[in-house]
Amino acid sequence: MIPLHYYLILAAILFIIGMVGVLVRRNFLTVLMSIELMLNAVNINFVAFAHYMDSMTGRIYVFFIMTVAAAEAAIGLAILISAYRNTGTTFVDEISSLKG
Amino acid sequence: MLNLLFFYFAAVIVISALFVIIKRNAFHSAIALLVTLIHIAGIFVLLNSEFLAAVQILVYAGAILVMIIFVLMFLNVTQRYRMFNRQKFIAFLMGIILVGEVLYIISVSAIKGPKGGFNIAKIMSEGNTQAIGRILYTEYLFPFEVASLILLVAMIGAIVLAKKELQ
Repeated sequence: MIPLHYYLILAAILFIIGMVGVLVRRNFLTVLMSIELMLNAVNINFVAFAHYMDSMTGRIYVFFIMTVAAAEAAIGLAILISAYRNTGTTFVDEISSLKG
Repeated sequence: MLNLLFFYFAAVIVISALFVIIKRNAFHSAIALLVTLIHIAGIFVLLNSEFLAAVQILVYAGAILVMIIFVLMFLNVTQRYRMFNRQKFIAFLMGIILVGEVLYIISVSAIKGPKGGFNIAKIMSEGNTQAIGRILYTEYLFPFEVASLILLVAMIGAIVLAKKELQ
C-alpha cells in the first residue's frame, strides 16, 4: 500500500513545476500548457484523498475541474488567436498595449 | 509491484513536466505534456478510479491537447526566440524554495478525518462507472447542469473571440 503522502508530494512537485512554467515562459502556448499541469496536480490530490478517505466526492470534483480546464483552454486559445491577429506576436511580455 | 508502478509513473510525470517548461520548441512541450497526461491517467488507475483514467485520456489527451497542437500549427511560432522572462532566476529560486517548504509541511502533517462509505469493496461490487454515475446524477445534479452551462459559454466565447470580423 502506497502512503497518501507520496501522492501529495507528487502533486505538489507537479503544481510547482507548472507554476514556475507560468512565471518564466514567454510563449503564451507554453503558459497554457503549464496551467494544465497545475490543474492536473489538483486532480491527483482530489483522487488521492478520495481513495484514502473512502469517498466519492473527490472523484466527482475531478469532472468539474476537467470541465473548467476544457473551457479555459478553449477560451485561452481563442484569446491567443485574437491577440496574434491584432499584434502579430504570441509572447506574453510583448503584448503590453494596456501598460501605457 | 504497486510501489514500482507508482515510482515509474511519478518519475515519468515529473521528468516530462520539466520538459514541458524547458523545451524551446512549443511542439516538443506539447508532446511532453501528452506523456505527462497519459501517466497521470496511470496514477488514477492506481488510485482505483478507472473511469477517471479513461476520461483523462479522452478529454485531456484527446481534446485539449489536440486543440493546443492545432493552434500551434496555425500560428507558426518561430524557433529562434528568447525562451524565458526576465524574472526567471527569481522564479526558479522561488520554485525550489516552495518545493522544500511543501515537502516539509506534508512530511510533518498527519491527515485524518471521517471516512466516507465508498471503500474499495463497495466500489468493486457496484462498478466504478456505475458508482460515479449514480452520485453524479443524484447528489451532484445541479453542479452537473452548471458544468454544461460553462461548456456552452466557453463554446460561444471561443467562436466569438476567434472569428474574423465581418466587414
